[in-house]
Amino acid sequence: MPKVVNERRVISVVVMNESSVLARVTALFAGRGYNIESLTVAPIPESEMSHITIETKGGVKVMEQITKQLHKLIPVYKVIEHEEMVEKEMVLIKFPIAENLSNVAALCAAYNGGIVNVGKEMVIAQVADEPKRVKHFIEAAQRYNPCEIVRSGVVAIER
Amino acid sequence: MKMSGAQMVCEAIIAEGVKTVFGYPGGAIMHVYDEIYKQNGFEHILNRHEQASVHAADGYARATGEVGVAMVTSGPGFTNAVTGLATAYMDSIPMVVISGQVPLSLIGTDGFQEIDAVGISRPCTKHNFLVRTLEELPRVLKEAFYIARSGRPGPVLVDVPKDITVEIGDFVYPDTVNIPSYKPTYKGNNRQIEKAVEAIKSAKKPLLYIGGGVVLSNAADLVRELAEKTQIPAVETLMARGVMGAKNPLLLGMLGMHGNYSSNMAMSETDLVISLGARFDDRVTGKLSEFAKYADIIHVDIDAANIGKLVDVDFPIVGDITKVVEKMMPLLDDVNPDRYNAWREILKRYNELHPQSYVDSDEVIKPQWAIERIGELIGEDAIITSDVGQHQMWAAQHFPFDRPRQWINSGGLGTMGFGFPAALGAKRAHPEKTVINITGDGSILMNMQELVTAAEYKIPVINVILNNHFLGMVRQWQTFFYEKRYSETDLSFQPNFKALAEACGGIGYDVTTKEEFDAALKDAIEQDKVCFMNVQTNRFEDVLPMVPAGGALFNMMLPQKTESHREEK
Repeated sequence: MPKVVNERRVISVVVMNESSVLARVTALFAGRGYNIESLTVAPIPESEMSHITIETKGGVKVMEQITKQLHKLIPVYKVIEHEEMVEKEMVLIKFPIAENLSNVAALCAAYNGGIVNVGKEMVIAQVADEPKRVKHFIEAAQRYNPCEIVRSGVVAIER
Repeated sequence: MKMSGAQMVCEAIIAEGVKTVFGYPGGAIMHVYDEIYKQNGFEHILNRHEQASVHAADGYARATGEVGVAMVTSGPGFTNAVTGLATAYMDSIPMVVISGQVPLSLIGTDGFQEIDAVGISRPCTKHNFLVRTLEELPRVLKEAFYIARSGRPGPVLVDVPKDITVEIGDFVYPDTVNIPSYKPTYKGNNRQIEKAVEAIKSAKKPLLYIGGGVVLSNAADLVRELAEKTQIPAVETLMARGVMGAKNPLLLGMLGMHGNYSSNMAMSETDLVISLGARFDDRVTGKLSEFAKYADIIHVDIDAANIGKLVDVDFPIVGDITKVVEKMMPLLDDVNPDRYNAWREILKRYNELHPQSYVDSDEVIKPQWAIERIGELIGEDAIITSDVGQHQMWAAQHFPFDRPRQWINSGGLGTMGFGFPAALGAKRAHPEKTVINITGDGSILMNMQELVTAAEYKIPVINVILNNHFLGMVRQWQTFFYEKRYSETDLSFQPNFKALAEACGGIGYDVTTKEEFDAALKDAIEQDKVCFMNVQTNRFEDVLPMVPAGGALFNMMLPQKTESHREEK
């Protein structure tokens, strides 16, 4: 048996803005047994379309099938399997106010982010960076006892 | 023109040239049925179960190549239709199903007879719509028909909330369709076609692998010409029976799990597979790593997702079979048909070694004999539908199919209960043809209520029940692979099929001898009334050859004394 390489991939799907189009896309992944690592969707400005970014994993054959099956959906206008891309992800983390805030701020700054909200008991920090760096940031943030972490999922644009 | 949503539905059906709609009314679709009552642009046939309505529309579509239309109500009406949608989806049959839905204001409230129809049908339709405004209704209907018949055809569901059918608005049925995200590829890449033709010219053992796409593309004549011109032998899938014609010397037969010896050996030894509208289904390929092991593969398919899905393809061509083969033909003018003489000679010998055969009997009717007999008596004039199981495979193996659309069966989904309602659809489309449903004593009971429909509308369909008092195909597997534990497959307890047919307004025949078979069939044709021919066959007949599931195509169990023969004693 040849070894199946489960490579990480990012696909952009441009779809017509109509009801249940997102359900069609996700149902296709579920029904055919493909993975979704992350998914983001938002309308494309001044058009009747939306841009879905899907982060997935699979071998070459699986990726080919995913692309082709997505294409078959009637409201799917374009499928881009990214090779050369700029990708970003955002993360929001809530820290207890008792943590050393200058250290937290310094850590966020190292990842081009910062503290965006301060409450009575919590501070909220934000970082937007490459997915790999976001992952590192989350690892580094563990020492400040984060109480909640919310990731946005990847958005990507072809270079 | 001002009209209600219900009227718009009817007007669209008329504008699409549909002559027959199969359906079943109910609460959410009543306004549409009220309009059906008032119009005379199409006839409506009331089946006795929604599943049968959809299969009938499907049979109509398969017999004609036009879009079949079925209409059902919301909730259970729709869920009963799902098997029909899935059946059509798997075999790429153009169909539009219109379902009623609870009023928009009730959607999401678990209203009476509410079910998420578009949610349920998403994986078994080519596309589906929930109509949200009256304004979009004409466009949605137009797109539904367009999507159903274009590209790789398939069923489309239009779910119409009740309040939209009541509302009054302007109706203009669009002439054209513009869906920016849906542009099927028909033409086929020229460079790829040239390369494929070069491969054909340099091959020594090429083989035409013909699938249901040839039927859907109405390309049978063209494919016959291609075979004739090049003298390349051909195998057909279950869905393609009739494309080459039974008498065609270049046709080896059907391949796959129940394919004949020469077809399966040809696929195992060929050096170039020319796949036209076939999709390398597991029932065709057997063990993939052994399938066409020595061959390069040309794959012509209108659906790009079929190409490279299961086997690696050397010459992928995305396009309509008709368009692609038309382009291939002139490029093949200088082909030398003698080049493949030795190959054809080998295959001829394979066929002589193990022809498609069975052991006939003087004491009991063998199912294969019954099928061949129908072929002898009314072959060319018949349309054959079938249910699913042993009888289906015997029909595919032994009936002399002469033309495409003569053979109508559920190949992809394998839906028992398909044959009878599909036969109603086919007969309505072709009243001049004799339509015979070859079925089993298991399958026929799954839509037997259609006796009433057939009797009421005088649709004289002949159901030949090959009765072995078993769920035969499952029984065969139990004999072979489950040490003869006949778990829930013994159908010794039976209805009186003759009386059943008569009770519903049809005719019944009990047939136990060959003479009775001939007499009953003759009478059935003359009577011109729906009938059950209950044909007693031997109980333990097997469908052979057989490639066990997951086995290599060349490892066939061939017709000989199998375990089942011992059981018969």
